[in-house]
Amino acid sequence: MMDGRLRNELSRQGIVTITLEELYNWGRKNSVWPLGFGLACCAIEMIATSMARWDIARFGAEVFRPSPRQADLMIVAGTVTKKMAPQVVRLYNQMPEPKYVIAMGACAISGGPFKQGYNVLKGIDRYIPVDVHIPGCPPRPEALLHAIITLQEKIERQALTGPERPRHLLADAPSEFPAPRYGDHDLVPSNNPAVWQPPAMQS
Amino acid sequence: MLVEDHPYLLILLLSAAAALFALVPLGLSWLWAKLFSPPKSGPDKNAIYECGLQSSGDAWVQFKAEYYLYGIIFLVFDVETVFLLPFAVSFAGLPAGAFVAMIVFLLLLVEGLAWAWQKGVLTWA
Repeated sequence: MMDGRLRNELSRQGIVTITLEELYNWGRKNSVWPLGFGLACCAIEMIATSMARWDIARFGAEVFRPSPRQADLMIVAGTVTKKMAPQVVRLYNQMPEPKYVIAMGACAISGGPFKQGYNVLKGIDRYIPVDVHIPGCPPRPEALLHAIITLQEKIERQALTGPERPRHLLADAPSEFPAPRYGDHDLVPSNNPAVWQPPAMQS
Repeated sequence: MLVEDHPYLLILLLSAAAALFALVPLGLSWLWAKLFSPPKSGPDKNAIYECGLQSSGDAWVQFKAEYYLYGIIFLVFDVETVFLLPFAVSFAGLPAGAFVAMIVFLLLLVEGLAWAWQKGVLTWA
């Protein structure tokens, strides 16, 4: 392993040194392909982000895939109704590893203005691990771009060895997250305890 | 010179290079996936893609192909009309070969009509 000072010195002389891990992560972070689906009004902002004015292509994330088999990133853009939640979880399960999730907007992160409603899931992070949450109703395209940049920073930092390595390199990490069923009154189970625990009541 | 003795050697070499050109990247990407992205499969991931919904039933179901009868009868009547009209207009000046060819064509279509008639397709209600 090369120390930082030698590396600085070499780069000043015009020699770029890089580890295989950095090269791998550099490629990964600049080719994040989102899954092309929108659930509600946040999707309109997502579409605007992919168009010329905000141009998500600057971050290599313009290739919206119509099949989860080819996507790395799930942008949960909008209200997740309880009717739709099992499908979203199943789509997430069908994406190949390594995969990332951006929960976009107040609804996707918490239920938003429909939090008290009977038919809206109070945050997709109850069932699948979310990497970046974006607040806003809806968030502006700049906020989605910021989330993409944040995700890129996260991917860049992910070491390929050690306990913090991405999930696909951990043999005992779950490959799938159970999709909830429609129960009599609510989704069963109401959350995945391995991913999300309800906050303890303050007395 | 080896190439002058065997003129096909160059083609052989070129095809070997072409095959390698296609196979080496495939093999490298397979190796890369094996090393850096081990497969993580499961029942959901291996399931048929149905926009997140669970697929219901079997894909190997029978489809009714009854439309072929309409197709054949349409061909008999419509195509026959298309060809009969110019045939009738230029009937007086036709050579014998053209006449025979037209009759053979007509008989082929009439055979289809007879087959449909005998099958009972023409009676409905």
